[in-house]
Amino acid sequence: MLELAIKGGKKYYGWMTFLLVIVGVGFLFYLRQLDFGLGITGLSRDTSWGFYIANFTFLVGVAAGGVMVVLPYYLHDYKAFGRVTILGEFLAIASVLMCVTFILVDLGQPTRILNVFIYFSPRSVLFWDTIVLNGYLFLNIIIGWNVLEAERNQVHYQAWLKPLIYISIPWAVSIHTVTAFLYCGLPGRGFWMTAILAPRFLSSAFAAGPALLILCCLIIRRVSNFDPGREQIQSLAKIVAYAICINVFFFLCEVFVTFYSNIPEHMDHIKYLFIGLQGHAAYVPWMWTSMGLMLIGIILTVNPITRKNEGVLAVACVLIFLGTWIDKGLGMIAGGFTPSPLHEVNEYIPSLPEILIALGVWAMGFLVLTALFKMAVGVKEELHD
Amino acid sequence: MDSSRRRVLQLLGLSSLALTATPVLNAFAKEAGHTEEPEPIIKPDKKALTAKQWAMVIDTRRFKSAADVEPLAAVCDTIHNVPHLQNKRHEIKWIWETHYHNAFPGEAGRFLSEEVEHRPFIVLCNHCENPPCVRACPTKATFKRESDGIVLMDFHRCIGCRFCMAACPFGARSFNYRDPRPFIKKINSQYPTRMKGVVEKCNFCAERLAVGQMPACVEASGGKLTFGDLYDPQSEVRELIRANYTIRRKQVLGTEPSVYYIV
Repeated sequence: MLELAIKGGKKYYGWMTFLLVIVGVGFLFYLRQLDFGLGITGLSRDTSWGFYIANFTFLVGVAAGGVMVVLPYYLHDYKAFGRVTILGEFLAIASVLMCVTFILVDLGQPTRILNVFIYFSPRSVLFWDTIVLNGYLFLNIIIGWNVLEAERNQVHYQAWLKPLIYISIPWAVSIHTVTAFLYCGLPGRGFWMTAILAPRFLSSAFAAGPALLILCCLIIRRVSNFDPGREQIQSLAKIVAYAICINVFFFLCEVFVTFYSNIPEHMDHIKYLFIGLQGHAAYVPWMWTSMGLMLIGIILTVNPITRKNEGVLAVACVLIFLGTWIDKGLGMIAGGFTPSPLHEVNEYIPSLPEILIALGVWAMGFLVLTALFKMAVGVKEELHD
Repeated sequence: MDSSRRRVLQLLGLSSLALTATPVLNAFAKEAGHTEEPEPIIKPDKKALTAKQWAMVIDTRRFKSAADVEPLAAVCDTIHNVPHLQNKRHEIKWIWETHYHNAFPGEAGRFLSEEVEHRPFIVLCNHCENPPCVRACPTKATFKRESDGIVLMDFHRCIGCRFCMAACPFGARSFNYRDPRPFIKKINSQYPTRMKGVVEKCNFCAERLAVGQMPACVEASGGKLTFGDLYDPQSEVRELIRANYTIRRKQVLGTEPSVYYIV
């Protein structure tokens, strides 16, 4: 089926070249980072994780979000999603690839990565994260590829795939749960020390993932002869609506617990993000923007009149994707590290090379995503012609 | 045509199988006791200092100004090749001075005695009995030595993921954001320098204890710091803990720090 991904029109090649250029730029800066060390980023002794890990965390969510089309189709026999499950699975593949790459570029000694397997340490959450992420990647490659190939040959997919499909559903939940456990099990980091972190991650994942999927569906309809379907998009939109409401609700629960209990160690991080602390307030406009975007997203997706208008829905999805990205991809990590364990505020601002490397990883992911979607859409076009 | 292709594939498969045979055979040979290599034995120095759990007592009453702390940090930096980087973000710190409210955030009283408020507080790795950094490490590059409870770092195994830095509630760990070697004034060949991309921290002078010497900062402190076995009721540190009111950093987190402060 790979041949479908390399046969395309001018626009397709143009887009792929554009992405390749960004990948190239990111790669050049990564070579610089390999040579100099992580000092070219904005990271510091106090904020030892930043933009890379934040984007990793966000993308684990997007990957897990793919399950929102798989679950209704395979578990509830919601037939309409049969048209788009492959898109969810391929989105998961591209997202996990980005996740793994973000981890790699974040390592100080990437050539020693195999030490994780040689000296395997089951007490480390990072070890488990490696297992669940790679497992999810392979599950989706195997399932996605075989189901699509079966569809192309107009036969039913192999029987042995069924158990894998069922396993992939809780597995999706596990990748984001384990990723949350990276943070919420650390003593002395008040911002993350909350049992609702994993549920919060999942709710924002189930908003951001399907929101991106809706946008992809709308683009696919425009650039190909395959229509993912109005009903499918509307169902996805309802999922986004519920998930984003729950996400904001979870956040408000967090705010209540933190501020009603009035414990400084927990309050200071949220204060830093939303009103600034000790005169440092770089994240304040971003965080309020994030809240605003998510709120508008709620209004536009919950209200049936706006949701049913696909143009408005597209806008809502962009807003929700950006809002959750700022919340998780910007505030979640920096906010947890500031103030530091010694209660000092040393602000973390990502550096330009760091942002360009991250953009390179995103472009790599979208390159893979485009190729995979091209393949999937190619098969669908063959069948529906 | 088709059958010859199949033949080639078969040959390829068989030869790749053959490649895996050597290590398997070696393993069998080893089991049978043919190629038994002698296990290296590391003889401990007769003078080596030992303890069940090393601990430190810092008599903060005897520290009046930065000048009291400076020599302790200086000797540590010299011995351990700790670089002096200008960029604050890239700083490497093993032992340093801070304020009471930074060393003990959340525990500092509001109308504190001025003397305590201005007293310099020394902070370093606490060599916790339940170290969260050791739990976090995905490669066991940082580990708690069973023989004496020191939390050590293997600079050559560390992959630089910095999970330990996120896990440490005391900010005791530093990361080499760039090659540290150009920033070491004079390299001490008795202790390894580090490369970029790995984490490091205080090691309670494990290399000095092994040859019968007290940690460098303790030696340089003129009695302001005391070092000894926490589980020996007769040890000097236990004597001090018994006789004085001591506190530990963030005791509430249950990491059981091994550094005690007399206030």
